[in-house]
Amino acid sequence: MKAAVIVFPGSNCDRDCKVAIERSTGAHVDMVWHGETTLPDGVDLVVLPGGFSYGDYLRCGAMASLSPIMADVKAAAGRGVATVGICNGFQILCEAGLLPGALLRNERLKYVCKPVALEVTNSQTRFTAGYQGRRQAMMTVGNGEGNFFADEATLDRLEGEGQVVFRYVSNPNGSARDIAGIINGAGNVLGLMPHPDRAFESDLGSADGAILFQSVFASA
Amino acid sequence: MRAKVHVFLKPGVLDVQGKAVEQALHGLGWNGVEHVRVGKTIEFDLASADRAAAEAEVKAMCEKLLANTVIESYRVELA
Repeated sequence: MKAAVIVFPGSNCDRDCKVAIERSTGAHVDMVWHGETTLPDGVDLVVLPGGFSYGDYLRCGAMASLSPIMADVKAAAGRGVATVGICNGFQILCEAGLLPGALLRNERLKYVCKPVALEVTNSQTRFTAGYQGRRQAMMTVGNGEGNFFADEATLDRLEGEGQVVFRYVSNPNGSARDIAGIINGAGNVLGLMPHPDRAFESDLGSADGAILFQSVFASA
Repeated sequence: MRAKVHVFLKPGVLDVQGKAVEQALHGLGWNGVEHVRVGKTIEFDLASADRAAAEAEVKAMCEKLLANTVIESYRVELA
């Protein structure tokens, strides 16, 4: 069991992700600098962590989506490797075209940093199978641009195909249809604004995030 | 050749920054102000001397990096 966490200039949750994955799954985690051109051999999970890659300049995630490593991240995602983008990582996945839609400035122009209750809308994915039997998960959000946007037709399609995986119970940022996390059509690329990496042990207020990482390796 | 690229959120995409600026202008008494949009301008010099080629080049830059066409539209000026 092997995971890779991509480190962009300005990532700040990369170590959190490493520790969260190690402690919740026991998997080996490699840190991969964004300037590399290939992922380590045999990774079962690629994580794009939260933070402020390239200072959020131009648009959140825009420059990071064009980093050298992203060509291999796209290739791995195309081969079916589990790929998850958390917060800034979600923004990067959207900018890279691996997920539909975009993240806009929060509706009330406020940076929102707090625990949020999430409805697990689809527990039939390789990231959420472990949530079966429980309808909610607690994680924290920390974002200024977490307001998910897509056109109506795309939103209908996402809902119709079960690609909305997490929804906010109480919408903190104006996200369309209360969407907190979505998955691609093939079911191997997940993006979410809340941080499972900040909720992997009860001492952190919630251990619900650990279930996400455990689900990935249970299906690997 | 100097290029200017103007990038704005598309009509219909909520521009919260524009809304905040609009409210501030109303607060200053300019009540006739409506539909404020805040965008950005990106300027740069281009080596190319051929106008058509430059236009195609800048358009490619917009599509690939300078604008996210899911939410933004852009306009190019060359001088």
